[in-house]
Amino acid sequence: MKIKEYVKPVSIEAANELCSKGAVVLGGGAFLNLGDKAIETAIDLCDLEMDFVVEDEKQVEIGAMATLRDIEKSAILQKNFCGILSKAAASIMGVQVRNIATIGGSVYGKYGFSDLLTVLLALDAEIELFNAGRMNLQSFLDREPEKDILLKIILKKNVSRASFTCMRKTETDFSVLNTAMAIVEGQLRLAVGARPGKARLAKGAMGYFSPADYSTKAAAALALLAAEELHFGSDIRASEEYRKELCKTMVKRCAMEVLA
Amino acid sequence: MRITLTINNLKRDVEIAPGEVLYDVLKKCGISSVKKGCGTANCGVCTVLLNGRPIPSCSYLAVRADGHCITTIEGVEEEADNIGSLMNEEGAVQCGFCTPGFLLTAIAMKRELNNPTEEEIKSYLLGNLCRCSGYEGQMRAVKRYMEVSQ
Repeated sequence: MKIKEYVKPVSIEAANELCSKGAVVLGGGAFLNLGDKAIETAIDLCDLEMDFVVEDEKQVEIGAMATLRDIEKSAILQKNFCGILSKAAASIMGVQVRNIATIGGSVYGKYGFSDLLTVLLALDAEIELFNAGRMNLQSFLDREPEKDILLKIILKKNVSRASFTCMRKTETDFSVLNTAMAIVEGQLRLAVGARPGKARLAKGAMGYFSPADYSTKAAAALALLAAEELHFGSDIRASEEYRKELCKTMVKRCAMEVLA
Repeated sequence: MRITLTINNLKRDVEIAPGEVLYDVLKKCGISSVKKGCGTANCGVCTVLLNGRPIPSCSYLAVRADGHCITTIEGVEEEADNIGSLMNEEGAVQCGFCTPGFLLTAIAMKRELNNPTEEEIKSYLLGNLCRCSGYEGQMRAVKRYMEVSQ
């Protein structure tokens, strides 16, 4: 990546003004050397105190500049949401990368390989953008890319059970597939990511299944439904067929952990 | 642009380009221990400590380190010597290319974790790849190092 000018704005308003003129917001920069993109002006939000993880009675808020290591080690996130956001963060690459990569970079980049997007989708996360305001994560993932600045991620404390699982060829590689399941206000939510496209909710399977009707057979049926309704693709890590088979097993395991 | 880095407790004013990564700037400053492997933050060879935390210097903008403390093996000679001797005793070093990054991560782990389990040690060192050793000797050395430090 080539950067012509680097700016550390003193306010989010100043950052937004630069952004509207075409400047690019830097996340953690972990993928700096993965492309040859030329950036005229790079904006670094590191001085804007956006690396927080805070909670009140009803919700947890995570600043966009919180690193994956912050999330992994946060006592707040370890004790809420069955700890699956911390667990997912801890499984990403090595400690060096987790010390620089940010949750904002993962979310705003809408990366297909992201483990965190899958977890956040299952937990029914909301995000807050400087211009577009607050919206649920699903809406953000579905909308066309627009210049904006991600401020924070909001998670309501309405999750009773949750589980995350991922499959990798090696410990530090991206996931071949990842799945997350949660019971949010009594309703089941199931997300599958690294398909290799970005995380998606298996809405058909979610609608079919009531957490009260759990059985091993029902978990297998849920997994089958999810595998049938979601689209999978092939890439260097795995074929479409392999991902579909993995989905059946991983969703079933998640269901057995969350619902049994 | 001009930045100030504290490298191994020594303040340095350095002229850098905005897109220059920390690894390249450390080389310009005469730090020879830091190596470059994959160049994409995957192998851990370029690890340095930023305010005590291990980071991949190949993928960290130098300008972001402005005003912060960078530690390389040259800055932790005594600790590096301690664990380095154990690595030698356990036959954990072959070509040695990954060793500076590996030692720095182990030193950061010792400072950060209290009495870690074998799984926690493995997890902390996951980001440091070694193509020679098979990791068994390194694990023996690190476990001894952690025991000595308790």
